[in-house]
Amino acid sequence: MNDKLIIAGKSYNSRLLVGTGKYKDFTETRAALDASGAEIVTVAIRRTNLGQNANEPNLLDAVPMSKFTYLPNTAGCYTADDAVRTLRLARELLDGHSLVKLEVLGDPQSLYPNVIETIAAAKTLVAEGFQVMVYTSDDPIVAKQLEDIGCVAVMPLASLIGSGMGILNPWNLQLIMERLQVPVIVDAGVGTASDAAIAMELGCAGVLMNTAIAGAKDPVLMASAMKKGVEAGREAFLAGRMPKKLYSASPSSPTAGIIGSVRS
Amino acid sequence: MITVSINGEARQFPQTITIAALIEQMSLTGKRIALERNGEIAPRGTFATQQLADGDKLEIVVAVGGG
Repeated sequence: MNDKLIIAGKSYNSRLLVGTGKYKDFTETRAALDASGAEIVTVAIRRTNLGQNANEPNLLDAVPMSKFTYLPNTAGCYTADDAVRTLRLARELLDGHSLVKLEVLGDPQSLYPNVIETIAAAKTLVAEGFQVMVYTSDDPIVAKQLEDIGCVAVMPLASLIGSGMGILNPWNLQLIMERLQVPVIVDAGVGTASDAAIAMELGCAGVLMNTAIAGAKDPVLMASAMKKGVEAGREAFLAGRMPKKLYSASPSSPTAGIIGSVRS
Repeated sequence: MITVSINGEARQFPQTITIAALIEQMSLTGKRIALERNGEIAPRGTFATQQLADGDKLEIVVAVGGG
């Protein structure tokens, strides 16, 4: 089936995007990424440890940029200014790579996005030539504004980051998808494979997750489950589900030839 | 003597040095890093020519696992 996810003109086979945080070690990170089939992986940008051990294992060795599309994020940023600075550093770090994930948080307890700072940062980044995939709330008006600014994908939360609460407001996600032309990717809140399938059945272009995989008892097995959940949901969306009815007067088996019935 | 803030930590040097020399002192030569000097990106290609000045604020970053 030729059904590619297209972001900023580049096509991807996998509609599952995954984070690289919270794993036991880089070996587990890589095994989970491979099981997930993800091509786009988020990474964080952090200060280097000044007393660094030269032989310390490195994310870039375990998750090579030749095999994965890096999506540097602005996790932990609470202002537009910090987010913009972080992504400028990311672009320098990754040899001019311009595809980025913008997220500007509102408070450390909920990690709910601050959409005002997000919009301000998005404007600056788009003007500087970044291809911005933007994490936001599930507000359809804000989502549309982010598209109008020039973001290449809009990524509303399904529920709070790391909560695993699933898709709390499918109606808002549908409102967003109705209004936007760019890919709408559910980012945050997915807890298990059925959540990913539901997001895809709604018509989302993809799902981005980290904790749902890294926080499972067996992350590698959950990564495989998520791959299937996303694929199943996508196929169901494309197939077009049957309408829901309270009951059906049309059984699945033939109504004729039932034993004991009287022939007329 | 100059004082330079590196990732929020004050470091003193007997005299001014280039960014490249600083990177070498920190055993970061050849590592994939990015550097911001006083809020502006210092491109890798300029490390050998940029001289640090007293009061400079540097941020040196790497990619780490994250969601």
